[in-house]
Amino acid sequence: MSIAVFAIFAVLTLAFAIVVVAHPDPVKSTMSMVVVLFCLAVHFVLLGAPFVATLQVLLYTGAILVLFLFVIMLLNLQREHVPATQGVTQRWVALLGASFFAGFLGMLLWQAQGSALEEPLTEGFTSIRGLAEILFTDYLLPFEMVGLLLLVAVVAAAMLARQLGPPGDTAEEERR
Amino acid sequence: MSTEVLALAKYLVVVAVLLGLVTPLMVWVERRGMALIQDRRGPNRVGPLGLLQSLADGLKFIFKEDIIPASADKLMYLLGPVLALVPALTTFVVIPFAPPVEIDGSLVEMVVVPGEAGVLVFLAMASLGVYALVTAGYGSNNKYSSMGSVRAAAQLISYELALALAVLAVLLPVGSFELASVIEYQRSHFWNALLQLPGFFVFLVAMFAETNRLPFDLPEAESELVAGYATEYGSMKFALFFMGEYANMAILSGLMATLYLGGWSLPGWSPEPVWIDALLGAGVLAAKIALMMCVFVWVRFSFPRFRYDQLMRLGWKFLLPLALVNLLVVSALVVWGIY
Repeated sequence: MSIAVFAIFAVLTLAFAIVVVAHPDPVKSTMSMVVVLFCLAVHFVLLGAPFVATLQVLLYTGAILVLFLFVIMLLNLQREHVPATQGVTQRWVALLGASFFAGFLGMLLWQAQGSALEEPLTEGFTSIRGLAEILFTDYLLPFEMVGLLLLVAVVAAAMLARQLGPPGDTAEEERR
Repeated sequence: MSTEVLALAKYLVVVAVLLGLVTPLMVWVERRGMALIQDRRGPNRVGPLGLLQSLADGLKFIFKEDIIPASADKLMYLLGPVLALVPALTTFVVIPFAPPVEIDGSLVEMVVVPGEAGVLVFLAMASLGVYALVTAGYGSNNKYSSMGSVRAAAQLISYELALALAVLAVLLPVGSFELASVIEYQRSHFWNALLQLPGFFVFLVAMFAETNRLPFDLPEAESELVAGYATEYGSMKFALFFMGEYANMAILSGLMATLYLGGWSLPGWSPEPVWIDALLGAGVLAAKIALMMCVFVWVRFSFPRFRYDQLMRLGWKFLLPLALVNLLVVSALVVWGIY
């Protein structure tokens, strides 16, 4: 039963991921990404991490992608239009990039074969309590640093958005 | 019976009640309640006391011509009303609607999905409701719709934060995300509405904003934006938006009843694991939800609408700090052992 669920959602993930990359309309790409992330959440559940799946839907799909959509709609981004000559070059570069990626992935999989998980997944590993205990004791410093990093990103974005306004606005701000 | 079959049965029962009973009833309650507050009669021609008005409206919606605007983005336009039902059909699965019942010798929790992540699943699926507004507004290719949908989305994500923080403050003394544990906690202590008054207030206000109900219904501001993101929708698609809205109202009322008003429990009543007590418990929860829905209707016709900047200011500069302070105070009280 879980094999059937995995198969269905794996096909959906791949299909919509291809749509995200290949579709010229940015709004449809974003909506396809919503579907991809939702299918990823299902994969997380199948791997025994329902908490991570819930957080994925809550934060990534429910907040971050909404902001993506906002930006696309407010900037009124149009469908992509690739002229014919550029299209040929793009395809050759894409082929090169894809073969590099395939080679790298193959190398990784080759090195990883035979190294299965050493210990079985215990309650302390997968439950919310277990995750919270590790996060707030062993990994407290990285946790706090990630929060600080997000704050830096937000402040930087606000600063950049300010300076992009017309010169009249910033002159008025400085006079005040 | 296996767990999957039981879960499916519970899900189907709740969906049938929600979409088949609550929504048509709410339409009638709203129109008669509106009339009562505005000192007039309301629908009283169709059936006794106008009770068949919802049926008449439904028939009207089915027979109306279904128009798709020529310049609309067809996929997004058709996706909007469908996505509007997603939170309505998926968020209620973590709310326990009755005390546990003994079936075939084992105790069965009356929750569709009794998982560890409880309320988080609710918040996750509720946050997907934004996409309905965004796709509807974008797909309609209409300035009123775009403005309405952007405002609606901004409103939803702003008040989602305050809602989540109020919920978190409730979960701190309980120590678990599961709503059954919250109900157990309230059975041994007082109802959370009294224990966490600021959080209750924050949740109440955020609840109105999350369901796009007055005084936060700027997205559907009838006199300003025609019908906001639903301007270009007619017949069944329009009906689907409003079915989703009423179902959302009922489900959020259910969440408030469970988190703050004790859910299916009454103080001083310990139910046995038998069917009759389960039905009584479901009835108690239904009564609390009905009370909250009447409050929804009452508030709608008592307050003027918030302007968009007032709405944003309220959400970010008042509710969010209040929710944070509430969280801080509750965590201090939990650490000092009072809760």
